[in-house]
Amino acid sequence: MNIDEIKSKLNPKLIEEIESYLPKGTSADKAKKVYEEVLEEYQEAKVSPGECVGIITAESIGERGTQMTLNTFHLAGVAEMNVTMGLPRMIEILDGRKTIETPMMEIYLNEPYKSGKNIRELAMQIKETRLGEIVKEFVIDLAENSVAFTIDDEKAKILGITPSAIMKAVEKGTKISVKNSGRQYVVPVAGKDAGVNEVYKLKELLRNIFVGGIKNITQVLPIKRGEEYLIITAGTNLKSVMESEAVDKQRTISNDIYEVYSVLGIEAARAAIINEMYKVIEGQGLNIDDRHIMLVADMMTVDGSIKGITRYGIIGEKSSVLARASFETPIKHLINAALVGEKDPLNSVVENVMINQIIPVGTGLPKIVMKQPEEKK
Amino acid sequence: MDNQAIYKKIGSIGFGLLDPITNKKMSAAKIVTPELYDREGYPVDGGLMDIRMGVIDPGLRCKTCGQKIKECPGHFGYMELARPVIHIKFVTLILSLLRGTCKNCGKILIPPEKIAEHAAELKVLEEEGGDEERRKFITDIIYASKIATKCPHCKAKQQKITLEKPYTFLEDDKRISPIEIRSRLEKISNEELAIMGVKGESARPEWAILTILAIPPVTMRPSITLETGERSEDDLTHKLGDIVRINQRLFENINAGAPEIIIEDLWDLLQYHVTTFFDNEIAQLPPARHRNGQPLKTITERIKSKEGRIRHNLAGKRTNFSARTVISPDPMLSINEVGVPELIARKLTVPERVTEWNLEYLKEFVKKGPENYPGSNYIIRPDGKKKKITSETQESCVEELQPGYVVERHLMDGDIAIFNRQPSLHRMSMMCHKVRILPGKTLRLNVAVCAPYNADFDGDEMNLHIPQTEEARAEAEQLMLVQTQIISPRDGLAVIGGTQDALSGNYLLTGETEFTRRKAIEILSSAGISEFSRLPKKEKITGKEIFSILIPEDFSFRGETKDGHPLIIKKGVLMEGRMDSANLGEGAGLFLRSIHKQYGPEFTADVLSKIFKLGIAVLMQHGQSAVLSDLDLPHKTKESIKKIIEEAEEKIDDLIVEYKKETMDTLPGRTLKETFETKCLETLNKARNKVVNAVSDSSVEGSHFENMVRSGGAGKFLHLTQMAACVGQQALRGGRISSGYKDRTLSAFKKGDLRAAARGFIAGGFKDGLKPADFFFMGITGRDGLMDTALRTPKSGYLYRRLANAMQDLRVEYDETVRDSGGKIIQFQYGEDGVDVSKSEKGKINVKRIVENATGGKTQSRQSRDVRNSPEAN
Repeated sequence: MNIDEIKSKLNPKLIEEIESYLPKGTSADKAKKVYEEVLEEYQEAKVSPGECVGIITAESIGERGTQMTLNTFHLAGVAEMNVTMGLPRMIEILDGRKTIETPMMEIYLNEPYKSGKNIRELAMQIKETRLGEIVKEFVIDLAENSVAFTIDDEKAKILGITPSAIMKAVEKGTKISVKNSGRQYVVPVAGKDAGVNEVYKLKELLRNIFVGGIKNITQVLPIKRGEEYLIITAGTNLKSVMESEAVDKQRTISNDIYEVYSVLGIEAARAAIINEMYKVIEGQGLNIDDRHIMLVADMMTVDGSIKGITRYGIIGEKSSVLARASFETPIKHLINAALVGEKDPLNSVVENVMINQIIPVGTGLPKIVMKQPEEKK
Repeated sequence: MDNQAIYKKIGSIGFGLLDPITNKKMSAAKIVTPELYDREGYPVDGGLMDIRMGVIDPGLRCKTCGQKIKECPGHFGYMELARPVIHIKFVTLILSLLRGTCKNCGKILIPPEKIAEHAAELKVLEEEGGDEERRKFITDIIYASKIATKCPHCKAKQQKITLEKPYTFLEDDKRISPIEIRSRLEKISNEELAIMGVKGESARPEWAILTILAIPPVTMRPSITLETGERSEDDLTHKLGDIVRINQRLFENINAGAPEIIIEDLWDLLQYHVTTFFDNEIAQLPPARHRNGQPLKTITERIKSKEGRIRHNLAGKRTNFSARTVISPDPMLSINEVGVPELIARKLTVPERVTEWNLEYLKEFVKKGPENYPGSNYIIRPDGKKKKITSETQESCVEELQPGYVVERHLMDGDIAIFNRQPSLHRMSMMCHKVRILPGKTLRLNVAVCAPYNADFDGDEMNLHIPQTEEARAEAEQLMLVQTQIISPRDGLAVIGGTQDALSGNYLLTGETEFTRRKAIEILSSAGISEFSRLPKKEKITGKEIFSILIPEDFSFRGETKDGHPLIIKKGVLMEGRMDSANLGEGAGLFLRSIHKQYGPEFTADVLSKIFKLGIAVLMQHGQSAVLSDLDLPHKTKESIKKIIEEAEEKIDDLIVEYKKETMDTLPGRTLKETFETKCLETLNKARNKVVNAVSDSSVEGSHFENMVRSGGAGKFLHLTQMAACVGQQALRGGRISSGYKDRTLSAFKKGDLRAAARGFIAGGFKDGLKPADFFFMGITGRDGLMDTALRTPKSGYLYRRLANAMQDLRVEYDETVRDSGGKIIQFQYGEDGVDVSKSEKGKINVKRIVENATGGKTQSRQSRDVRNSPEAN
C-alpha cells in the first residue's frame, strides 16, 4: 500500500494530527510506518456493525445526568451572568424548548471594539432602551392635560438616539402627535375629557416606549476574555445584533437554539446543541465523549427542524406503533394505529422484546443462511 | 430445549378495527347470561366463565381447544348488544367524520377542487404531524370554507353537530342516536375516508359503533379463590356481568314493547357500562366502583402507565435462575469473580447435557442429590419431561441417566454468572463474573468493581443471574465479562481502578522506600506473585523496583502524577513518580488505558488484581490508621490560619460598612445587595482556599491522612482542612445563609447582622469543635443537599428514559452509517470518524504515542489546537 492509499483510508483529522506531530525531516520510510500504524489502530478502533450506539449514548448521558446538580446558580466568576446550568439546562436543551429560561448572547466584536475601545458605549447602544431611561424629567401639566419631558442629551448621544428618532418612536407608540420645542417634548392627552388618571397613564406609557438599541436585550456586560473584549447579554436578538457593523458575525452566538435555527439554519442549530450541551457537561466537571453529544444533536436535527426528545418530538415520530406505545400515552397510539391501519414491521428493539424475539442489534443482527445439502439419490 | 418445534418469526403486526362479522367468526361462545357458575360451582354454558373461552381451573379442559390450564391460550366470546353503543375511544373520530361529511350522501363537505388546492399543504402536514394532524386540518378547512351548511355534491342542508361529552352527539341540539350515526358513517366511501386519514379497508368507521361486543377470554380475567373458598372475580368479569345484565333487560323491554323512555334509559345505562368497560377514568363519568368503593380496573387502566401491561409485563420481563442478597467485599477475589454462598449455589443450577464422555461425571452429581453440594436438582429426559431428584427418586435417576439427558447440576466454581446492581444506569451495571463458591451468606466481589456498579457495602444488595444456554453463556463471557468492560464507552477511560487502601498502599510503596530482599519477596508473595526473577539482584530493594515487577518488560509510559510531577516508566521499570489515583484510579489518566491497549483486557484485569493486592500487602506491612494527632497543625500554621480568617472577617466588616453607606460599586446587572453578597462569598471562599493551602503546606510528611489524600485514595486536603482548621462557608442555594428569623438567621444574632459568622461561615474546624450556631448552619445545608438529591433523581431518571426511548433503535450498519429502525440515516459515519469510544483512548487514536514509538520519543510540539474540543470549532 502506498502512502496515498493509506491516507485515503484515514480520517482527515487524523492526517492533520499526524502531520502536526511528525518531526520535520522525518524520512519517508519512517513517516509511512507511522501512517501504517495509525491506520492499523484506527481500523481496530472502528465501531462494529450492529453496535447499538443510541443506547450507549443514552446511557452515557443518562448515567451522568444523575450526578448533575439541580441548583441553577452560577458561582464561577463574579462578573459572569446568571445562567441556567446543570440538569435543568440539559433538560431544556434536549426538550428542544422554544423559550428558554435564561436567553443569552456572546457578542464577539470587530476592531477597534475588539481591543476594548468604546466598548461600554457600544454595549449601551446594543442594550434595549426605553424612553424612561434617557429622560431627565417628566412634567405633568394638568391644566393642559399633557405630559412634557426633557431628554438627557448626553445619554442620548452615547446611545446614538436622535431627537427625530425619539419623536418618531413616541408618535408610533402613543399615536399622538408630539410638539417639540427645543429640548422639551410635549405630548397632549388624546380625547377631550381626559382626567388626571389618563395623564398619569400616558406618562407611564411614555416611560415604556422603546426608543433605541436592540429589542429583547435586557442586560449588557462587556468582559475581557483572553486578549479580546466581548459583550455578554441577557436576552437575545441574534438577527438584529448581527446586522451591526461592529459585530463579528462569524463568532457571535446565542444560547437559544431555536433562534440560532431560525437565523442561521439547521446545521448551525446542530452545532449550537452540541456546544450548549458541551458547556453544561463541562460546567459540571463531567466527562462525556463528543460522539455521544453529536449523536443526540444529529438525532434532534435529522429532518431539518429541531425535534425535542419528547413524546411530541422524536419519540412521537417513531415508525413503530409498539415503540411509541411503550413510551407514553399507549392507548392514544394504539387507537390511532388502528384507524390508519398501521403495520408495525417489528424492526427495532422494544417491539421484539415485547413479543420475545431476538432484537435486531448487536449479536442479534447477523443471520446465518445455510444451503440445504442436496439429497443424494 | 429438546423439542424439535419449528420456530416461526413474527414478521409484522397490523392494527385495525374489529368488525362484527369477524368478531362473531372468531368467537368460541355466545354469551347470553350474567350467571357465572351453577350450583356445583361449574361454569355455566353461555355465561361469562364459559369453558369454551378457556379454562382457569385445574382439572378442567377447554371445550374449544381441549387443552388444560396454562396450555389453553383462551378464546374470545361475543355478545349481541340490544342496541348499538359508541366505543368511547373513537368519539373524536366519529365527531370529525360527522362534521366533515354530508349527512345525506356521505361525501366530504368540500368541493373536489378545493381538496386539490390543499393537497400540497396536506402532504407537508402529514409528514410532520401524522394522520391525526391531517384529519384536524381537513375539519378546519371544512369549517373555514363556510360552505358546511350545504353539501357541494348533493346540495343537502347540513346542521351543526356538537359533541356533548363524553359520548352524546347533538345535531342542532337534538340528540342523534348511535343507530343514526352508524347509518351515516356507513355512507362514507373508502376513498373519502382515505382523505380523512382513515384506512377504510381495515377500519370502517361504523365498526366504532358497537353492535357486537367481544368478550375477552377467561384466561385474561382469572378469578381468585380466597382461603374461605369463596370465589373472587376479576374486575373485568364484574364489568362484563353488568353489561350482560343491562343488555338482557334492554332486550326484554324492547320485546315487551316498553315505553320509549324506559328503553332510552336502559340504552344510556348500557352505553355507560360499555364505556367504563373500556375506560373507567373518563373525566365526565363517575367511575364504576366495587362494593367497597374502590374503582374498577378496566381495559384502559390495565394497559397504560408504569404498572400497566405494556411497561410492566411486555417491555419488562421476569426471570428464573436468579439470586439476590447483600454484598460484601473480598479483596482476594479476582476482579472478574463473584463469591456465591453455597446456599445459593444449591438452588441455582446449570443444565449440562449428558454425553457418552461425561456420563460418569454427571452421575456423580445426580448421586449427591439436591441436598449435598455439588449435586443436582433435576434431570430432563430427552422428551422434555423434567424429573425432580429427591431422596426417593435419586437411585432411579442415576440408573435412568444416559446420553441425551440433561442434568441440572448445582452452580460450581468457574461457571458463568451475570451480576447486576440497580439502578442499572449503564452497561457496566450488568457484567459477567465467574462464580467462586464461598462459605458465608453474602455475595462477594472485589472492591475495584464497586465503581462501575456504584456499590458500597452499607447494606447494598445485588442480583445474580445464571445463563442457561450455551449461546447465552458464550455471549456473556465474550461481551460482558468484567475485563471486557474496563474501558467505558462513555469517555474511553477505565471505569475500574484502584480505590482507597489499594491506592495508598501503592503510593507508599512507590515513594522513597527501601526493603530488604527478604521483605520484598514477602510482600510480593502475599500479593500472590511468585515470579521473582525480575527482582534486582541486590540486598536492598526500593519500592519502585517492587512495583516494576508487575509492569510488562516492554512497557513504556509517560504520564503525570496527581500533583503534576512526571511519571516515567521505561521498558517495564518505574523510573520516576509515585503511583496514585491519577494513574491507577478509575476514570483518570492513561496508564491503565495504555496497558489495556497494548496487552489486552485479560492482562489488564490480571495486572489490576495484582496491583490491588500489592497495595493491600504493603499496607499490611506498613500499617494504616488515622490518629487524631494527624490533624495537629504546627503552631506557626495555626497562627497564620487564624490571621487569614481574621483578615477575611475584617474584610467582610469593611464590606458591610461600604454596603450600608452605599459607596460600593455595583457589578453590572446586579443590585447593591447582590453585589455585596457575591463579594462576601468571594472573600470567604478565598480565605478558606488560603487555609487549605496552608494546611497542605504544613501537613506532616508521611502522616496517615496525608498519605490518604496525596495518593487520592480517600478525601482531599479540603476535607483535612475542614477537620483540622476551618469548615468554611455553608452555602445555601449559591449564596450565604440568609433566611430563618426576621432579618437574622438565628436568634443568637442581632437583627441585620451581616457578619461572616452570622451568615453561615464556620471559622473553626471539626477537631476543635463547632459553635452552637454552626450546628444549625450545617443542618441547613445538609438538608438542602438531601433535597437536591431527592428532587434530582426522578428528573434525571425521566430524562434518561426519554433519551433511551428515543435512541434505542439506532445502530451502526455494515456501511458504517448510523441508522434508525426505519433505515433513516442519522450519521454517515458514527461520530464523524467511525471510532468506537470504548476502543479509543479517551475518545482518540493516540497518534502521539505512535509517532513517539516510531521516531524514538521525538515529536514536533503541536501548535494547532484540538479541533473538536475548542468552543470556536463550530
